[in-house]
Amino acid sequence: MASLPAVSPPLWLLAELTYRCPLQCPYCSNPVELASAGTELSTDDWFRVLQQARQMGAAQLGFSGGEPLVRQDLELLVAEARRLGFYSNLITSGVGLTSDRVGSLREAGLDHIQISFQSTDSDISELLSGSRKAFAHKLAMAEAVKSAGYPMVLNFVLHRHNIDQIEQIIDLSHALGADYLELANAQYHGWALLNRDELMPSREQLKRAEKTTNAWREAHPDDMRLFFVVPDYYEERPKPCMNGWAKMFLAIAPDGLALPCHSARSLPLEFPNVRDQDIAAIWNESPAFNAYRGFDWMQEPCRSCPEKEQDFGGCRCQAFALTGDASQPDPVCTKSDQRSQVDAALTAANCHNATSASMQYRTWSASQSIIASTQ
Amino acid sequence: MIDPASIPQLNKHFRLQWEEAQDCYVLLYPEGMVKLNESAGLILSYVDGVKTVANIIAELTERFPQVDSIASDIEEFMATASAQRWVAFS
Repeated sequence: MASLPAVSPPLWLLAELTYRCPLQCPYCSNPVELASAGTELSTDDWFRVLQQARQMGAAQLGFSGGEPLVRQDLELLVAEARRLGFYSNLITSGVGLTSDRVGSLREAGLDHIQISFQSTDSDISELLSGSRKAFAHKLAMAEAVKSAGYPMVLNFVLHRHNIDQIEQIIDLSHALGADYLELANAQYHGWALLNRDELMPSREQLKRAEKTTNAWREAHPDDMRLFFVVPDYYEERPKPCMNGWAKMFLAIAPDGLALPCHSARSLPLEFPNVRDQDIAAIWNESPAFNAYRGFDWMQEPCRSCPEKEQDFGGCRCQAFALTGDASQPDPVCTKSDQRSQVDAALTAANCHNATSASMQYRTWSASQSIIASTQ
Repeated sequence: MIDPASIPQLNKHFRLQWEEAQDCYVLLYPEGMVKLNESAGLILSYVDGVKTVANIIAELTERFPQVDSIASDIEEFMATASAQRWVAFS
């Protein structure tokens, strides 16, 4: 038997506190099977997870969801994270945030709040999120976050319905005083994959948005930093997903399932639960976390590819979603014999006039129907 | 060129922290972490918003008299740290 590669510790812990969310964005990165998750971890369970992960060396901590603000114990978890020495990030839609809570979280030791926006106008925001009031509230909360002294990161998930607003997105973020702006195209997993044909921007749209972003950067070299993420379908090589399977990133789902990436619940692996095992045993010894470590699991053309140490074969979830086999090369790679699936999706994105009419929104009942239809 | 009389201060959006598991100093910032090499970590640990660049050079020269290039190493690092916005000078 081949020896297992040396295991480096998890440096990044993503605490998905809940799958509950007041919004219903059709590109949500949560798994489509979210309604099948078990009961949420308790405050004490999360304390234990934070302590064990910190002891192994995790330093960056994301509180995410769903909408993490629906957890009433968020301030307690933030305080414990600060005590342990984590740098803690709250990844939120801003819905459920109040000026008081911005302050109480700061007092508890929260380092950073990232607010995600759907669009720069309330109509598209409502169409995507299902909430009429969300947009105005997000603006108010972005201002509250800024005035409380947090570094401000704004995140816009880009897709064909908002990518042409790129100038307005940049201008709005700049006016709000953002330090960093993430212009992240949807990555096509989970709900976004279900809605891929309605969301994927055209090549022209993407080019224009990149050009605008680059021009802004050149005109404002010492100002707000822009991060632009293209949909990986438009790349020729896969992304080095999670910097390698179970190499530095650990996600804990609301029900305690431990995952090497927040999308991994969709894979046919038996993932361990923090209710049954401690983080060290899960990280170092569990079959699921060792499944795609190193290079021995790879098939051709990855196995003999000189680029395998840069991209680690790409994304296991994407390989599974598009080919049915998680150990296949990520089909984004033009060396993959399954690349035609990616090209077909791009052809569709570049020749039809998508509308939002057939979008599948991220709701509990939609998830239940999906689960029922696959059983 | 960094003025030796200027006072470097860590950008308030960054946190410098010793990480036992990585055996090094790291800079933590929103959703990111920079692993610092030994000399970068050491120099940054002297940045307190009070000491001037010249003070830091003097203190580190006293602590490591056997290292010849300390002053130029520190100046070079300060230029990098400034370009990366890890520190600002007043």
